Amino acid sequence: MREVAIVAFGQSDHRRDSAEVSEVEMLMPVLHEVLDAVGLRAGEIDFTCSGSSDYLAGRAFSFTMALDGVGAWPPISESHVEMDGAWALYEAWTRLLTGEAETALVYSYGKSSPGDLREVLTRQLDPYYVAPLWPDSVSLAALQAQALLDAEDAEDSGADERALAAVAARSRTAAEDNPHAQVTGSPPPEALLNEPYLVRPLRRHDCPPVGDGAAAVVLAAGDTARRLCRRPAWIRGMDHRTEAHSLGVRDLTRSPSTRLAAERAGAFEAPVDLAELHAPFTSQELILRRELGLGEGVRVNPSGGALAANPMMAAGLIRLGEAAAAIHRGAADRALAHATSGPCLQQNLVAVLEGDVL
Amino acid sequence: MTKEPVAVVGIGQTKHTAARRDVSLAGLVREAAVRALEDAQLTWADIDAVVIGKAPDFFEGVMMPELYLADALGAVGKPMLRVHTAGSVGGSTALVASGLVAARVHRTVLTLAFEKQSESNAMWGLSLPIPFQQPLLAGAGGFFAPHVRAYMRRTGAPSGIGALVAYKDRRNALRNPYAHLHEHDLTLEKVRSSPMLWDPIRYSETCPSSDGACAMVLTDRAGADRAPYPPAWMHGGAMRSEPTLFAGKDCVSPRAGQDCAADVYRQAGITDPRREIDVVEMYVPFSWYEPMWLENLGFADEGEGWKLTESGVTEIDGELPVNPSGGVLSTNPIGASGMLRFAEAALQVRGRAGEHQVDGARKALGHAYGGGSQFFSMWVVADTPPAD
Repeated sequence: MREVAIVAFGQSDHRRDSAEVSEVEMLMPVLHEVLDAVGLRAGEIDFTCSGSSDYLAGRAFSFTMALDGVGAWPPISESHVEMDGAWALYEAWTRLLTGEAETALVYSYGKSSPGDLREVLTRQLDPYYVAPLWPDSVSLAALQAQALLDAEDAEDSGADERALAAVAARSRTAAEDNPHAQVTGSPPPEALLNEPYLVRPLRRHDCPPVGDGAAAVVLAAGDTARRLCRRPAWIRGMDHRTEAHSLGVRDLTRSPSTRLAAERAGAFEAPVDLAELHAPFTSQELILRRELGLGEGVRVNPSGGALAANPMMAAGLIRLGEAAAAIHRGAADRALAHATSGPCLQQNLVAVLEGDVL
Repeated sequence: MTKEPVAVVGIGQTKHTAARRDVSLAGLVREAAVRALEDAQLTWADIDAVVIGKAPDFFEGVMMPELYLADALGAVGKPMLRVHTAGSVGGSTALVASGLVAARVHRTVLTLAFEKQSESNAMWGLSLPIPFQQPLLAGAGGFFAPHVRAYMRRTGAPSGIGALVAYKDRRNALRNPYAHLHEHDLTLEKVRSSPMLWDPIRYSETCPSSDGACAMVLTDRAGADRAPYPPAWMHGGAMRSEPTLFAGKDCVSPRAGQDCAADVYRQAGITDPRREIDVVEMYVPFSWYEPMWLENLGFADEGEGWKLTESGVTEIDGELPVNPSGGVLSTNPIGASGMLRFAEAALQVRGRAGEHQVDGARKALGHAYGGGSQFFSMWVVADTPPAD
């Protein structure tokens, strides 16, 4: 397999509301940041791929405006997925694997502030039988969390509301070191348990903040990557899998698609020292950790993860970017990055990144 | 590193119609997918990944419908990608799927594009007003009509050329059992006297709003060896994009289209497209786009495209048949329209286009465009594998 690496990563500051800037204006500084990091202009990139959602923007073809911001002139080789940017990165990765491109720019963005995200996300459910009931995203996650707590209780294996609070406290404390995070700092887990429920068994800290944000990465192949980056984050494997949409046919306490994607990405061939998991809800981190076999020695979400900033359509790409940046810095040697999409972890992507031995 | 050759071994589409009230979105896409699998004589278990595309989610009112469609398309436990590149999406989706095979990430991929326009209203979906951004309040026709007018002024084309294209494509559609419009009593005079919608575009020169889906099975060399019917081989594929609006944009002949065509021809080793390509499936949603794209794609010199149309070269029995299937003018499930162009090109070189088969078609171009004439995707397919 051809060697491909993430050689640059940038993200915006994630904020609850960015009404004063358009999506393009939110994205532009991030695009320039990653292009400047590798000393390339948009026209020198071989392939560009983005991820976003018309439903967040409230208009059709919203990605066309972002393309204007990229400056696609002379015309560029470009594509778009209506998915989290992690899947745009996957498409770009396959393009580099064919040898058709040496470099790729990947970006994604989402502004949740113009609408009510919980209601907007109901529109991605089965339009005939489920969406008309308007089950919102937090309620669906609560269903999953309760199923997990019930199962753990039955097995007497210890995952309880205290374990959820511990995930929240750890993530938001870690986010204090992340200048882009939307929510930082946390009382100790015991104190969090005194908070009222938002949707039982989830409290506010078990849920991600709603916010606006953008992210971008640059990919490069082989020697080009070595030239552009002191320590490229090599993509050793990447895979993604989907599950059934209907919650009634899934065991919500498991994530077989995550496990399969990880297996195909080679995640179990050697231990990782860092994992960036796209777990918007605390209970989902517990599910993912088990599927991925992450032991206590693995640093999980040192960025704070999606519990500290969860810009729709970008949060998955940010996990790949944060994992890569840790390798760039020398803070990790073998990292796992995960992205999710859809209700209750329906669709999952796993990538394994490695740095050359220093 | 060499790429794996990509073959089209299965093609399926629905009978396109204004409203498929008998099926859900899931039922619609499954119908096309099952037909593609039958054509390839494969089962769901043979498919390694699914790549799906459609135009804006607002056209059906379902956000990221691939999540809901995963079950219907046998994607559970498999990778599923969702592509969206405006009107060019059907073509782009096929190209993304082909990339998975070419990169040897997967061996056999199901790719599918659809639109079920009856679930909502595309005109309305295109016209949502957003602060500080140019609205497209008149739908697509209002956006493209001035560019047609510019073409006429620039080339001196007589005003009746568009009607010739519409009349030709609608007659071709009569040979295609899957086409949406089957206007048996259509005459050239009826096209010419149909109501003016967006001057100079008349009602009969516009595409219909269709429900429909198109699917293809793409596979590698080993997969092609096992195929029951002759495969179509991909010889080149490319996408190009340029900004929506800027001072230097040529809306009549966008540079992105020219560059995209040049890239595909280079990959396919084509130096004289007019002579070397036997049939073209071109994205013509408004009749005048046939002469415009003939120039943009290098089949005619600048200003000469309308002369090819006028002389009958693009008729199904002409030297360069364009849209023997009836094209977008006869069938327009928007997200699927680009994939239909790609699939019809492949049907032609497989010799499986039925009554609208062009005799001796060995090399064909599939073409799609979208947005404000800013997104382009194309492929060239042939009846023999590309040279190593």
